[in-house]
Amino acid sequence: MTSSTAARPTDELELVLALRVGDENAFTKLVHQYQSAMLQVALTYVGSRAIAEEVVQEAWLGVLNGIGRFEGRSQLKTWIMRIVINRAKRRGSEEARTLSFSEMQVRRDDSGPSVEPGRFRGPADPWPGHWWSPPANWAGMPEARLLSREMFDQVRLALDGLPERQREVITLRDVLGYTGAEVCNVLAISDTNERVLLHRARSRVRAAVERYLEQ
Amino acid sequence: MTRNDMRHMDTEMTCQELVELLSEYLDETLAASERLRFDAHLRTCSGCEAYIEQMRMTIRLLGKLTEESISAEAQRELLATFRTWKANGADHRG
Repeated sequence: MTSSTAARPTDELELVLALRVGDENAFTKLVHQYQSAMLQVALTYVGSRAIAEEVVQEAWLGVLNGIGRFEGRSQLKTWIMRIVINRAKRRGSEEARTLSFSEMQVRRDDSGPSVEPGRFRGPADPWPGHWWSPPANWAGMPEARLLSREMFDQVRLALDGLPERQREVITLRDVLGYTGAEVCNVLAISDTNERVLLHRARSRVRAAVERYLEQ
Repeated sequence: MTRNDMRHMDTEMTCQELVELLSEYLDETLAASERLRFDAHLRTCSGCEAYIEQMRMTIRLLGKLTEESISAEAQRELLATFRTWKANGADHRG
């Protein structure tokens, strides 16, 4: 599994070298390649599009100022994303949205079941732990409904509603296509943590999609 | 297969247990013994089959979420930032 944003290592090295000597083409190429992913990641931490764009600007300045020291020990995309995350976190904590509220959320929401316990049969049932209210089969649903504009709005809303730690993992993994190992690397979290946060996040987004489709 | 695995095989996986293991299943990081129980459950449970499809669809939707580009104004600012950086000596700054 490789990410769609991954460049071949030689291309990447050439870009880095060209950027170091001030090649504007190399810069434009990098901006084109990474800006949308950077914006996506920045939005994970800050509350508005305008601030996210500012974060991306600041991050690029960080990239330019640091490129002379980039030694290629990590992938370029990992290194760039770390810069974005640092800048975005700093901005995010200046905003009211973060801190106390989301800190409380993190503790409450990172554990707990993936599916509401009420959907399963209880211990007194002959089939305890099996579906009481089974999920619907979406196979027969028209693509037009599944992939509608409103559906994507719902998915984005669900993402926005996730606790920050879950949101950062699922954004990198499922939205941007990073591998599990890359996510651990970018966020400096353990394998186990990554798995738990990803699963919790996916489960919540699935539930939101289900609620929307069954309205 | 160890004895421990055999004992696990005896206990059928419940739907409630399965939904907790799904991401590991999809990422193929589930332990072999768990995977056997998972597959065994799946063969006879249409509810869980539908659930897995829902999760796959959810992941597919997430992969299609793309943030558009930064604004044209922001792009112009970026280029200006780059030119200033370059004028100040690009990589010679240390």
